[in-house]
Amino acid sequence: MRHLKIDTAPDGIATLIMDHADESVNLLSDAFQDEFAAAITDITADDNIKGVILASGKSAFMAGADLRQLVQGFDKLTVKQAYEVSQKVSKLNRALEQSGKPWVALINGFALGGGFELALACHYRILADDPKAIVGLPEVNVGLLPAAGGTQRLIRIAGVKAAADLLLSGRPIKGAEALALKLVDAVLPAAEMEAAARVWLATAPSPIKPWDVKGYAMREQRGLIIPEYSAQLMMATGALAKSGYHVAAPAAILSTIYEGAILPFDKALSIESKYFAKLLTNPVSRNIIRTTFLSKGAAERGAGRPAGIAKTEFKKIGVLGAGMMGAGIALVSAQAGCDVVLIDRDVETASKGKQYAATTFAKRVAKGGLTEAMMQEMLARITPTDDFAMLQGCDLIIEAVFEDIAIKADTAQKAEAVIPATTVYASNTSTLPITKLAEASARPDQFIGMHFFSPVERMGLVEIIKGAKTSPATVAAAIDFVAKLKKTPIVVNDSRGFYTSRVFQTVIHEGSAMLEEGVPPAVIENAAKAIGMPVGPLALLDEVSFDLPLKIVEQAIAQEGDTYVVPAGVSALNKMKAHGRAGRKAGGGFYDYPAEGGKHLWTGLADLFPAKDDYDVEELKQRFLYAQSIETARCREEIVIETSEDGDIGSIYGWGFPAWTGGTLSYIDTVGIETFVRECDRLTQRFGPRFTPSPWLRDRAAKGQGFY
Amino acid sequence: MQAYIYDHVRSPRGKGRPDGALHEVTSVELVTQLLQAVRDRHQLDTSLLDDVIIGSAQPVGEQGGVLARAAVLNAGYAQSVAGQQVNRFCASGLDAVNLIAAQVHAGMIEAGIGGGVESMSRTQFGYDTGAWTSDPRIAFHNHYAPQGIGADMIATMDGFTRADVDGYAVESQRRAAQSWQEGRFKQAIVPIKDVMGEVLLDHDEHMRPDTTIEGLAKLKPAFEGMGKGGFELVAMDRYPQIEDLHYVHHSGNSSGIVDGSGLVMIGSKAFGERAGLKPRARIRSFASIGSEPTIMLTAPSLVAHKALQKAGMQVGDIDLFELNEAFASVVLRFMRLLNVPHDKMNVCGGAIAMGHPLGATGAMITGTVLDELERRGQSTGLISLCAANGLGTATIIERV
Repeated sequence: MRHLKIDTAPDGIATLIMDHADESVNLLSDAFQDEFAAAITDITADDNIKGVILASGKSAFMAGADLRQLVQGFDKLTVKQAYEVSQKVSKLNRALEQSGKPWVALINGFALGGGFELALACHYRILADDPKAIVGLPEVNVGLLPAAGGTQRLIRIAGVKAAADLLLSGRPIKGAEALALKLVDAVLPAAEMEAAARVWLATAPSPIKPWDVKGYAMREQRGLIIPEYSAQLMMATGALAKSGYHVAAPAAILSTIYEGAILPFDKALSIESKYFAKLLTNPVSRNIIRTTFLSKGAAERGAGRPAGIAKTEFKKIGVLGAGMMGAGIALVSAQAGCDVVLIDRDVETASKGKQYAATTFAKRVAKGGLTEAMMQEMLARITPTDDFAMLQGCDLIIEAVFEDIAIKADTAQKAEAVIPATTVYASNTSTLPITKLAEASARPDQFIGMHFFSPVERMGLVEIIKGAKTSPATVAAAIDFVAKLKKTPIVVNDSRGFYTSRVFQTVIHEGSAMLEEGVPPAVIENAAKAIGMPVGPLALLDEVSFDLPLKIVEQAIAQEGDTYVVPAGVSALNKMKAHGRAGRKAGGGFYDYPAEGGKHLWTGLADLFPAKDDYDVEELKQRFLYAQSIETARCREEIVIETSEDGDIGSIYGWGFPAWTGGTLSYIDTVGIETFVRECDRLTQRFGPRFTPSPWLRDRAAKGQGFY
Repeated sequence: MQAYIYDHVRSPRGKGRPDGALHEVTSVELVTQLLQAVRDRHQLDTSLLDDVIIGSAQPVGEQGGVLARAAVLNAGYAQSVAGQQVNRFCASGLDAVNLIAAQVHAGMIEAGIGGGVESMSRTQFGYDTGAWTSDPRIAFHNHYAPQGIGADMIATMDGFTRADVDGYAVESQRRAAQSWQEGRFKQAIVPIKDVMGEVLLDHDEHMRPDTTIEGLAKLKPAFEGMGKGGFELVAMDRYPQIEDLHYVHHSGNSSGIVDGSGLVMIGSKAFGERAGLKPRARIRSFASIGSEPTIMLTAPSLVAHKALQKAGMQVGDIDLFELNEAFASVVLRFMRLLNVPHDKMNVCGGAIAMGHPLGATGAMITGTVLDELERRGQSTGLISLCAANGLGTATIIERV
């Protein structure tokens, strides 16, 4: 056995240690499963074995399924094959459960997903009294459900109500709550777990689970005969709308609970596998797993980092500009352990930036997420000043001054006069061309864009922008710094609006174009929210203020003249502006913001944009998704983004493109590139050239060549 | 073959709560006492009846098991009288009437009694459960939302304000009180007795004739909690034109929760001759329809058109309308869409004032409109109810 070790003591207690030979955590890979199945068979047949202690040779108990394997389910498996994939593991757990010997799981670290399902199949569970020892079934977060008996054992152990909460939220559970919910039988210091297991096994416990005893019936076995249970299911089903209608997992989980509770245990396990099979062969789970776990993880481990360059260490960094972005960057840098010189025009302004970190940290202290001492230590790392000389010895400069080429040029020159010759200089700009900004630098190869998103301490993405002369070593250093911040980098090439700002524009312009066409504003907002956008485009426009997109359009006209196609929504924005409504900061835009009560759509919209009722909501949803996806495809064609993974990650984490799609390019693959191009042609006919596929995209479609 | 209404009776409506006067009376006993009243009024030879169909919106527990048959036997009717249970949610009682009429129309029976019963204090709302609300696979994909959300959706999209729906409710109370004062229900009401034979209730117990708009304004909206629990998102996914759901309905402008039963006796011409009874009205047409299930309550105007078309009639041909006051917005919408003036609609008050014993109401309001047509010397009436999951039923009667 490569992954398992078994040792049977003279008293008949076997200890089975799981230690996956090829992985840093225990995973249910195929080889592991086969070995485990053989071990169960041997143990079951061995009359000398009276009980089994199941433990991990690693710092965690088990992580569960291998996402790298699951992600392939959509393309490769039929529904029936996916069912078999699930049944294989499910039957393994069932064999353990019915081996006729009591099994004790020693949960020394986290036991999540398939790992916790294995523990649930055991007859006694001891959880280490350690904050890292958590249990949970987070499958819903990847568009799946636990399908090795997890849903069925959980409802029978913890009850339907608690199980539904755990399964639908996917949240991890710590010791005390796990004990209260009966998810584990004891919480003990790690060192005492094995002895406790032996004590329990010495009592000759029954190896028969309650549901394998004749006459077992859980309350919910009677299903909708129980009116109160029916009402509970009704409310729970209504609440599914909060996760939206594009994700199937929450509804499938609720069905598995409802239908499984009525069935005898083995039939219940089968229905669980059937619902799982439907989810695994649905592109949504593939999309979520691929982009938000695998691609994101790879990006964070340096997938975009040029090879063969030594890692850069960051002890001291300089942040130029203590406005909202600079203050946020200073905060996260201090949090990551860097000394930060925070510069602005005078000490007072710079101190305001530091104050932002102080306020934010204080809130965390109040909530118990941070100690006072840690807060003081982090704050002490930030030095607010107006003295550029203090930038001496900085390992990195991040400039976040006003978005103006001249001001940025001046700032760069002042900094370069002081900083070491090797130091990378990054500009946090969301729209100004990096190549142009680098002209002010004496060392353009060390000049790069690092586009942080607001609020910096909450937004995980950093868009790294290469100028024409940016060196690979500079890119590597920028990625190293993003890794230090524990954020996610994507690397893009210089272009107007780079990647994220450029594509984000399309959704807000599409929304205002719809308004111009006479689509009722509430419909526009709800159509966007229905596809999974956190807020509608009109609300977004109000937040960013109309001046920003209008300024970008003006710049584009100035640069490109007649060749620039003004976006369809711009006339609506100008019309609003003419009525003194240019966004929230201007006192109101598409929405009114009364002092009392929530915001609501401005009633004047009805006069300005007379509503028609000939809209098709499905088409509106399609336009939002397509407008962003085709612009991303153009970015890929123009090599603004170099990989499909970066395009997808940027869309989800940069501007909130719905995660169920897997990102803008995964969405094209989900629709099918041939269908996508055909529909784009139709949308072009109806709404104009912004939907026109390029010859490059047509060619890919003709070859059936998607983005992955 | 024509189907004629020969008589109808109803129980008073008791508050559907443990302190309601009818709470101690079983559902089968409510129907039993009405069946006996029909027989005794006319010294009817019950063997002339072919079928008794009783509708209940909660046909479970003591209302289950084909209650009609148990009531027939308990009432001492001839054992040849068949029994049947129907459920089309709130329209059940009217559908029971229509099913008897249909059998007479078809010439397959000579006479029968259709009606309904609901003891909401005993078989509480929701006891019948069902896949449509609670099987996640069905309810999720069908965009199920509770009735009250649908009522508020109608108010939101049709622009009925809180003052509009409360104003309608006050008028329902005023009309109901006036009708009782004038004895308009006298002919229909059968007082309900306890096991000793003592009268428990002889009037509708739920009414609040002193209701004012100011008083109603103090009531909290009833369905906001459910809406915020997720159902308003269900509603907005189906109706994206809703920016914010306006919660305007509450217990004062929605139908009252009550206990009660109602019956309508229908037969052919020949039956009347044999039983020595005079027909009072004929069934001109009836129809049922399905409409969009999330908003749930907008079928009445559609099914009214369908019934009118079957009868070859226009809206203007109807003298009086009875549309169950499930929620104020349901009636306001119907009047707007069909251009029906308020003085032709629910002229004796409705379920907001007197209560809505779910499966019984259809039969009750059939009787109400017939009595009122006679009192006014008018001819035609249209009865309709919205029912759960987008259903609706309507019947048109004409005095003979």
